[in-house]
Amino acid sequence: MKQFMSFVRKEFLHIFRDRTTIAILLVLPLLNLILFGYAITTEVKNSKIAILDPSNDALTRAIIDKLAHSEYFTINKIIHHPSEIDEVFKKDRLNMVVVFSSNFYEEAAHTGNAQVELITDGTDPNTARVIASYASNIIASHLAGLSKIEKIPFQINPQVKLLYNPQMRGAYNFVPGVMGMILMLICAMMTSISIAREKEFGTMEILLVSPVKPIFIILSKTIPYFVLSLVNLTTILVLSVFLLGVPVAGSLFWLIVFSLLYIFVNLSLGLLISSLVDSQLVALLISGMVLMLPVIMLSGMMFPVENMPEFFQWISQIIPAKWYIIGVKKIMIKGLGVSSIIPEIIVLSTMGILLITASLKKFKYRLE
Amino acid sequence: MLPIEVKNLYKNYFPAKSGKFAGIGNPVQHSGETATVETGLSFSVSKGEIFGIIGPDGAGKTTLFRILTTLILADRGTATVDGFDVVKEYKEIRKRVGYMPGKFSLYQDLTVQENLNFFATVFNTTIAENYYLIKDIYQQIEPFKNRRAAKLSGGMKQKLALCCALIHKPSVLFLDEPTTGVDAVSRKEFWDMLKQLKNQGITILVSTPYMDEANLCDRIALIQNGQFLTIDTPAKIVGQFGKTLWTVQSDNMSRLLLDLRAVKQIESCFTFGDSHHVTILNDQFTKTDLHKILHEIGHTNVEINEINPTIEDCFMELSKHS
Repeated sequence: MKQFMSFVRKEFLHIFRDRTTIAILLVLPLLNLILFGYAITTEVKNSKIAILDPSNDALTRAIIDKLAHSEYFTINKIIHHPSEIDEVFKKDRLNMVVVFSSNFYEEAAHTGNAQVELITDGTDPNTARVIASYASNIIASHLAGLSKIEKIPFQINPQVKLLYNPQMRGAYNFVPGVMGMILMLICAMMTSISIAREKEFGTMEILLVSPVKPIFIILSKTIPYFVLSLVNLTTILVLSVFLLGVPVAGSLFWLIVFSLLYIFVNLSLGLLISSLVDSQLVALLISGMVLMLPVIMLSGMMFPVENMPEFFQWISQIIPAKWYIIGVKKIMIKGLGVSSIIPEIIVLSTMGILLITASLKKFKYRLE
Repeated sequence: MLPIEVKNLYKNYFPAKSGKFAGIGNPVQHSGETATVETGLSFSVSKGEIFGIIGPDGAGKTTLFRILTTLILADRGTATVDGFDVVKEYKEIRKRVGYMPGKFSLYQDLTVQENLNFFATVFNTTIAENYYLIKDIYQQIEPFKNRRAAKLSGGMKQKLALCCALIHKPSVLFLDEPTTGVDAVSRKEFWDMLKQLKNQGITILVSTPYMDEANLCDRIALIQNGQFLTIDTPAKIVGQFGKTLWTVQSDNMSRLLLDLRAVKQIESCFTFGDSHHVTILNDQFTKTDLHKILHEIGHTNVEINEINPTIEDCFMELSKHS
């Protein structure tokens, strides 16, 4: 035990002496959250739109007013003829044209045949889809509000309603993603690199020729990174609650327990990588290319898994981060109970047990 | 029971079928013989002995050390350290030997004191417990005890590494090229320390590419291409040289080497520092004869002296035959 503690102490010294690494490790979650929160955002704000309103009645003016006052749109141009629409996109480079049908209020009140056409620029389909859905939400909610007060038999058009995240706020999506990424980075990547460093510098040679059980050498590597990932987990949660306004809707206790399970899976992954490679560079490349890219691309953090080709959907099944992100969304965003993440817990536990067994089997008691 | 016993040890890093060889114990094929005579390295080291493995880079010294310190497995042959088999009882060996790899292998970002403390704990001991053993060495690096290992000079690093390898009072000490890259003064100090350790009853297996360090060992094994050329005390190896050895110098040393090799009565000629060492075929050929020959082909300031052979001469002589 004394040996083990001495190892852990040594590991902490390594980390604290290497100022750059410790700075990166502690600032990384902060940077990631800010990047995803403010810079790389899938939210669209202040879209420039044009209005074509041939009816120009009380109802259309009210709707235009609503659009103009929302943070998502600025009305840049009022046009008077459909032939101008093309010019709006090509010359003025606006994002959307809202076209009301003529006699809008009359039609709406009596025939229920009032129409709003949302014309968007399809060259940027993501933005187009997002702003169209913002606009239709605003229009629909206005009409719904009216129908309650005035008891006018409005025909309510079908609308998309986004549960849990009605404004499609990106933070709800990326906070679990950033958690999955950071924890994996610190656990798997740093653990494997620090073991590879012992091999590269030759210190592993001396440690092997000592009474210390090799498994102790390896396990002692995981402790500091375990502690570091707890620090980072706390940072992310505090930042997302207080800075980004993403609350922990469900049980904080189960969120942490679930995260510990995920950390365990990634530490085992790091140990497995380290038993396969001998140099820091290879460890870095493996954890960078083989772990990071799939996590960013295939875990559902950036792109929905359902939209991927079947082959990639299959690959995404074996990525721990995918299951972790699903679970975190359930607990943290949807506020569901622990019973709802039982499948994710089972999958992650199985992965953890398989990985730790494989890495212990693969561990070399000699140099070759 | 001897501290180190090695029998027919063989290891080839290439696959057996490739026909290539890198490792130790490759079969020796003496000139004229068709059958391979012996396979593998065999030797033993007695208690309290300083045994030197001496040979050039790539001769197989590190491979041998790694097999004996249980870090790699031999293909064939057996070896015991302190009576324990290097394969089956590797855990026992790891408890009782000290090992200093060829490359400086301590933690560069930890201080001298932290390194020493760490290795003491690793070996279940404390600095205080065996302080008498490392005292003489440690006192030299103590002024720098709060300095990080990376910032030490080469000689200091070696002393620290030796302290770390000694901290648990090992019964056998494996030192793989401990003096490579260390200045002459530190090298001498280092060997003085080994003498003291020997007096404490510690068996030392040490390797070095420096032939001049051979005389500091009790017994040496000369190694080349993974095979021992000879194993004996340095004095006996020198005594068995059995040939007249001259040093030859002249104003044009590079031409002299070619000219000497062309002389029929000269058996071999190698450059050693600022002179050429030559062995001659028969005693009838005298220094005056050689003088005359060299003068005739235009060498000036020719100087020929008879000298006693060094280990390096013996190494060159022996390696010629293998």
